[in-house]
Amino acid sequence: MKDLLTIADKTFTSRLFTGTGKFNSSTSMREAILASKSELVTVALKRVDLANENDTILTHLKEKHLHLLPNTSGVRTAKEAVFAAQLAREALGTNWVKLEIHPDPRYLLPDPIETLKAAEELVKLGFVVMPYIHADPVLCKRLEDIGVQCVMPLGAPIGSNKGLKTVDFLEIIIEQSNVPVIVDAGLGAPSHAAYAMELGADAVLVNTAIAVSQNPVVMAKAFKKAVEAGRMAYLAKLAPVRMQAEASSPLTTFLYE
Amino acid sequence: MSNFINTFENQDWNILEQEIYACTAAQVRAVLDQDKISLADFKVLISPAARPFLEEMAQRSHSITKKRFGNTMQMYIPLYLSNECQNICTYCGFSMTNKIRRKTLTDAEILKEVAYIKTLGYDHVLLVTGEANRSVGISYLKNAIDLIRPYFSNISIEVQPLEQEEYELLKQSGLYAVLVYQETYHKATYKVHHPKGKKSNFDYRLDTPDRLGKAGMHKIGIGALFGLEDWRVDSFYTAMHLKYLQKTYWKTKYAISFPRLRPHEGTVQPKVEMNDADLVQLICAYRLLDANVELSMSTRESEIFRDHIIPLGITSISAESKTNPGGYVVARESLEQFEISDQRSTADIKEVIQLQGYEVLWKDWDKNYTPAF
Repeated sequence: MKDLLTIADKTFTSRLFTGTGKFNSSTSMREAILASKSELVTVALKRVDLANENDTILTHLKEKHLHLLPNTSGVRTAKEAVFAAQLAREALGTNWVKLEIHPDPRYLLPDPIETLKAAEELVKLGFVVMPYIHADPVLCKRLEDIGVQCVMPLGAPIGSNKGLKTVDFLEIIIEQSNVPVIVDAGLGAPSHAAYAMELGADAVLVNTAIAVSQNPVVMAKAFKKAVEAGRMAYLAKLAPVRMQAEASSPLTTFLYE
Repeated sequence: MSNFINTFENQDWNILEQEIYACTAAQVRAVLDQDKISLADFKVLISPAARPFLEEMAQRSHSITKKRFGNTMQMYIPLYLSNECQNICTYCGFSMTNKIRRKTLTDAEILKEVAYIKTLGYDHVLLVTGEANRSVGISYLKNAIDLIRPYFSNISIEVQPLEQEEYELLKQSGLYAVLVYQETYHKATYKVHHPKGKKSNFDYRLDTPDRLGKAGMHKIGIGALFGLEDWRVDSFYTAMHLKYLQKTYWKTKYAISFPRLRPHEGTVQPKVEMNDADLVQLICAYRLLDANVELSMSTRESEIFRDHIIPLGITSISAESKTNPGGYVVARESLEQFEISDQRSTADIKEVIQLQGYEVLWKDWDKNYTPAF
């Protein structure tokens, strides 16, 4: 049986989602994304020239298996995000949107309040909303309640390559969620991606670690393998970390007295 | 949104039963070596193969419960308001077929019972009725809650299943929790034991926790009545129900009870017996599955059993319960639902709990948190 990931109306074979920023050329971006076998690739609206049919980013991503996921990076409020998503829908012909609202220009940390507001509005407008958020289990449930199709909690500050700093919260999110959980941001090494998948994440999104590697194509392949390995380990169930037994007074002897 | 009934209909009782009875000691060992226990692991822990691991399960249940709930035990007491009932439940003293005089407490009588209960120290009360829509319908229940609200921090009910809007109405009056047991998840056996009355509708009852979740109830209690069917399979369904509810209505707290069939006015003998070790195994398995779920122990159980179960995973316990309307002061001899086993006083139970190093908790909510409208 094929282990497929379904989000809204789309089904994915690959559980590695990628980004388009920070590459040194559009060619290198294209090669790395193709090598990753990723089927969902996010594009910052602010970077593409929607009016130009020959926009360099978009022309390099024209592949049948590649779905474009416009993201709202750069917007600071719910209102701006909704506006940006509508523009993207019109220009790119997709109702999918990666909702990113970070008023903070230094760490690009997501604003939970504006994100929830925008998500609610976008769901009403018929969008498939993929919100980039803190690893906040309650926010995830609130977003699920209003109808987002997945949640994208961060593993560490975006671009930091620090790995799963939010692991305890990610575990709660994965345990509780009724929608796919995609770990986004902070994954700096294939081992980080594998770890997220071992925990039961449905997918990961990796951009910086591939784009700024000395060899993006090889790194993209490494992430592909890591995501597959982590997923396989999750499905096969990890062997336990053994606990030391503790001696204590018996609790059940009364049953036999 | 899909309801639990969709999940339920994808399961097959017989297959689950086979799976549970096919579990091996090696599987139990592997499950106990894990940190996190899944629903599939729960199946292994309630299997006969897990019996030799009972002490280990008990130790772990004890330590998880202590870590999560501390050294505390919540106290509650049932207050039976009525034994009128239009259902036939083969195992219940209130069953319509029992030709015994019925009683429904008046406002004055309720207040008399409340006054007595308050002298014992209780602040959490569980209101219980049979199902008689004319005498103990929604307006009776609302009135009772409004009436006793000034005296309790926390009011729960165990009555007939209601509509979502009715639960919302009672919540506005200050209702905190609703207990509704499926009795058995075996549909055919359920029909045998509930041949008549509104309760004979299995699906409507199964859907009740969903209606409660949608109504935003603070706490929902579920469970099966052990004896009607194989307790292991019924418990697996209950655990599945719990996990579904937790994921769907994530703001609600959940509690599980473990009623075993007790002698009463009816004549049904348990089809599948559940012994004391079985019940300990089940309680520990629930705790290993879920560190947060409240596990409740009633006075149906014997003194010895109750004394020893305190450190094993239980978080709330009742004492001195009367299962007949007016049983505390108003009408001590009225028809009771079932015979209780542990008849010791509240003060005695409090001492038993304290001697084991636990603090007795009377209050864990405040009525001001549920403002009346």
